[in-house]
Amino acid sequence: MTVVGTRMPRKEDPRLLRGRGRFGDDFSAAGQVWARVVRSPIAHGHLRRVGLTQARRADGVIAAVAAGDVPPGLAIPVRLAVRDIDLSGYLQPVLATGVVRYVGEPVAVVVAGDPYAAEDAAELVEIDIDEEPAVLDATAAARPGSPRLFPAGNVAADFTLGYGDTETAFRQAAHVVETEIEIGRHTGVPLEPRVLLAEPDPRTGGLSVVGMTKVPVFNRDLLAAMLGMDAALIHVHAIDAGGGFGVRGEFYPEDFLVPWLARTLGRPVKWAEDRAEHLVAANHSRQQSHRVAAAFDSRGRITALTDEVVHDNGAYCRTHGVAVAELTVAMLPGPYRVPAYRGRVRVVLTNKTPCGTYRAPGRYEGTTAREQLVDVAADRLGLDRIELRRRNLLGPGELPHRRPMTTLGTDVVLDAGDYPALLTAATAEMARLGYHAQASGGSPTGRRRGLGVAVYLEKSGLGPHETADVTVSETGAVRVLSGGTSLGQGIETVLAQIAADALGVGPQAVDVVNGDTDLQPCGTGSWASRSTVVAGNAVHSAASAVRARALQLAARMLEAAGDDLVVTDGTVSVRGDPAVSVSLGEIARAAVPASPYLRPGEPAGLAARRRFDVAHMTYPYGVHAALVEADPATGRVRVLRYLVASEVGRAINPALVEGQLRGGAAQGIGGALLEEFSYDEAGQPQAITFMEYQLPTAAEIPPIDVLLAQAAPAPGNPLGVMGAGEGGISGAGAAVASAVRDALGLAGSVARLPLTPPRVRGLAEAEPGSAAEAGRGGRAETGHERKPGRP
Amino acid sequence: MRDMHQIRLRVNGREHELTVEARRTLADMLRHDLGYTGTHLGCEHGICGACTVLLDGSPVRACLMFGVQADGTEVSTVEGLATGDELSDLQQAFSDHHALQCGFCTPGFLMLAEAYLAERASADGPTEAEVRELVASNLCRCTGYQGIVEAVLATARSRRRSGAP
Repeated sequence: MTVVGTRMPRKEDPRLLRGRGRFGDDFSAAGQVWARVVRSPIAHGHLRRVGLTQARRADGVIAAVAAGDVPPGLAIPVRLAVRDIDLSGYLQPVLATGVVRYVGEPVAVVVAGDPYAAEDAAELVEIDIDEEPAVLDATAAARPGSPRLFPAGNVAADFTLGYGDTETAFRQAAHVVETEIEIGRHTGVPLEPRVLLAEPDPRTGGLSVVGMTKVPVFNRDLLAAMLGMDAALIHVHAIDAGGGFGVRGEFYPEDFLVPWLARTLGRPVKWAEDRAEHLVAANHSRQQSHRVAAAFDSRGRITALTDEVVHDNGAYCRTHGVAVAELTVAMLPGPYRVPAYRGRVRVVLTNKTPCGTYRAPGRYEGTTAREQLVDVAADRLGLDRIELRRRNLLGPGELPHRRPMTTLGTDVVLDAGDYPALLTAATAEMARLGYHAQASGGSPTGRRRGLGVAVYLEKSGLGPHETADVTVSETGAVRVLSGGTSLGQGIETVLAQIAADALGVGPQAVDVVNGDTDLQPCGTGSWASRSTVVAGNAVHSAASAVRARALQLAARMLEAAGDDLVVTDGTVSVRGDPAVSVSLGEIARAAVPASPYLRPGEPAGLAARRRFDVAHMTYPYGVHAALVEADPATGRVRVLRYLVASEVGRAINPALVEGQLRGGAAQGIGGALLEEFSYDEAGQPQAITFMEYQLPTAAEIPPIDVLLAQAAPAPGNPLGVMGAGEGGISGAGAAVASAVRDALGLAGSVARLPLTPPRVRGLAEAEPGSAAEAGRGGRAETGHERKPGRP
Repeated sequence: MRDMHQIRLRVNGREHELTVEARRTLADMLRHDLGYTGTHLGCEHGICGACTVLLDGSPVRACLMFGVQADGTEVSTVEGLATGDELSDLQQAFSDHHALQCGFCTPGFLMLAEAYLAERASADGPTEAEVRELVASNLCRCTGYQGIVEAVLATARSRRRSGAP
């Protein structure tokens, strides 16, 4: 019996439902003390003095440190370096030194016997800052003469990806359409804030760390380097994590400070972030402005595409460096046939919380820009929106399709699929479910309904490698040691399903451990929708190797030929004679040291470690559709229906894939309508609680229809899987924008996400003619057809 | 000078007597003094609802109450829902309908729904709109809420059929 492809209940559920999950703050160590980070209250200024005397004298305080107390010169390096761009001048120090660059920047740490006392004492730290003007507008910050955040200027990177002759294509075009759109600043906001617990081991001189739950081996190695110790002496533990979404588990200043304090003080130190901290300290994401243009021939075929992107990265380059900016322009052409392309992006630093990745980084932003352009172009060219997309989607005969660009150090090769067929299936599903009928149906009290459509191209399964160990114990229990991490995506269940089928056991016999650096020191973590692809195939390979070894040993035990043996539900038997059998547990017992079944020199144990190597990513794709109702009077937008059609190659567990798609869509709708980090003119963050930073609730998210396609197995891995973690969010900004544009009958783009009530009111009042102008405060016209010849 | 109070309460039917500082939240007291770590803190300002517990049967945000306010009360937390190894019908419905992913918000939704279902036991049964309004009290960042709504509705239906509260 196979369990891959079934809706097997999750292995994670029983413990989580009983309140027996083990999240960060559920861990404690004997004798632990609590750290509280003191953060800059000022967006930009010279840090003259940090006064710790009062704090150190406070009740229960054990230590208080500022930059002068920690080893000098320590900054958080880039994990994902791309294009050999030197960002060393823009890295974040572990504690602010000389200058503060955003509200929330760590300036000092206070340690006390309990968290309440630590918080009290933190308020006694005196911070003396000479305030400088805050730089908040990335476009202005990129201009010469802007106040500088860094000696080298505010533009950390300025690069262009592309191919072909865009200039000639634009000159010779039958139509040229250009539009502008801004994506708002928002981020993952997992419901569990960050937590770290670091405990020194006086016996080994090592450290035990809880709370690094994305790339534990990388963080362990980096921490070891920063502390000047051997990485093998640091043990990062596997725990449950309350959502990741790209934000959790990157190496932040606290990931150095807390372990360093534990070593310095010689006792366990715990830090549990509160929500107000999280909203100013953990990575922001998304904020970009796009000026995107396409040249079309007389039949509506794209002949060239260009984009000018300004990426507001906040105050520093963190562990992702400029990877989000690179992904934006590398993925911008999406699933379309684009003969010539040029995407330029400038990564600009401002006095806001620094940025990193948020689920579908670069694609949520770029898909929104490109799909708004296609909508505007369809109106300009007098073509149906779907038809214009159909004419320009790459056909199945054109795949694999190599774009002469790279991203994340890999060639861009769109590997497999039938993009037009999925668009057809999605529109048929919309019709079947009554989307069109509801869109044209009457709406009470002047509200206007609109239908939005967007196609997206994702990328997943980033290598270059992942390792898994599979071990069968003497009771027949199977243990999988994976390099992924459990962030709520259900990876324990998925890996158990894969191991169960490959080994020939029931999934209940399989136990999966993710993200423990002692148990799996070669892991590369869970991010970039990679785990089912790379960890899954590593587990498949290791479990297959264990199966082969089990058959070899069983053949000796049963005195049968290996070819005559079959494995069923944990038992190896002779084909056609099930009475002649041994269980996997018995085989494991026959593999102990000095067993008569072992040949001289053969290693003991029934186990295998395998590495899955992959040079290229795989490219899932899909279609989003939104049916919205906009009230021009109040500006409120309600999403009435939502459809995600997604190709995933092969669904190991369809229920979990649907869950990923639905959850992603909900987040994407949040970013399109509600969620935004705004700042006042002094750089004070205006969204520091869940009152201002509005996560969508069940009242804002409709039931989400899912069309799960498994028609295009990925050719680059034996399981044929494409990642499924990001397709649900990738097209959501675009689909909601498309629907609102349709509802309001805009000529241009919606100008800016999120589409908050004031912005929607502005768009509705300004239409017809200059909708975007009002939405953008009159700064620029968008969505015009310009004369050919100006690329 | 810390303002300490001696209090008594029952949690999931078990008697506890302890001394707490006046300013200690009910959530911190449950988690760190009494070991009921199934109650989670997602915002500590009463919006997310991950810390929802029942106080004498009514749902409260444990981050917005002080521990001393629970003196003399009966508190129910997620740890009290299952019977031995057997999940409650509501917990099982959450698993069946894929109503959880990371599981951090789940205890709050379970307690919120448990109180609601107990109150609605004798009624005709909630509509989807009513359940959606209930579920909108708390935040989930993973699921998009659909599975949660379905799980609560399914539990309401099955309890109504069996006549059980």
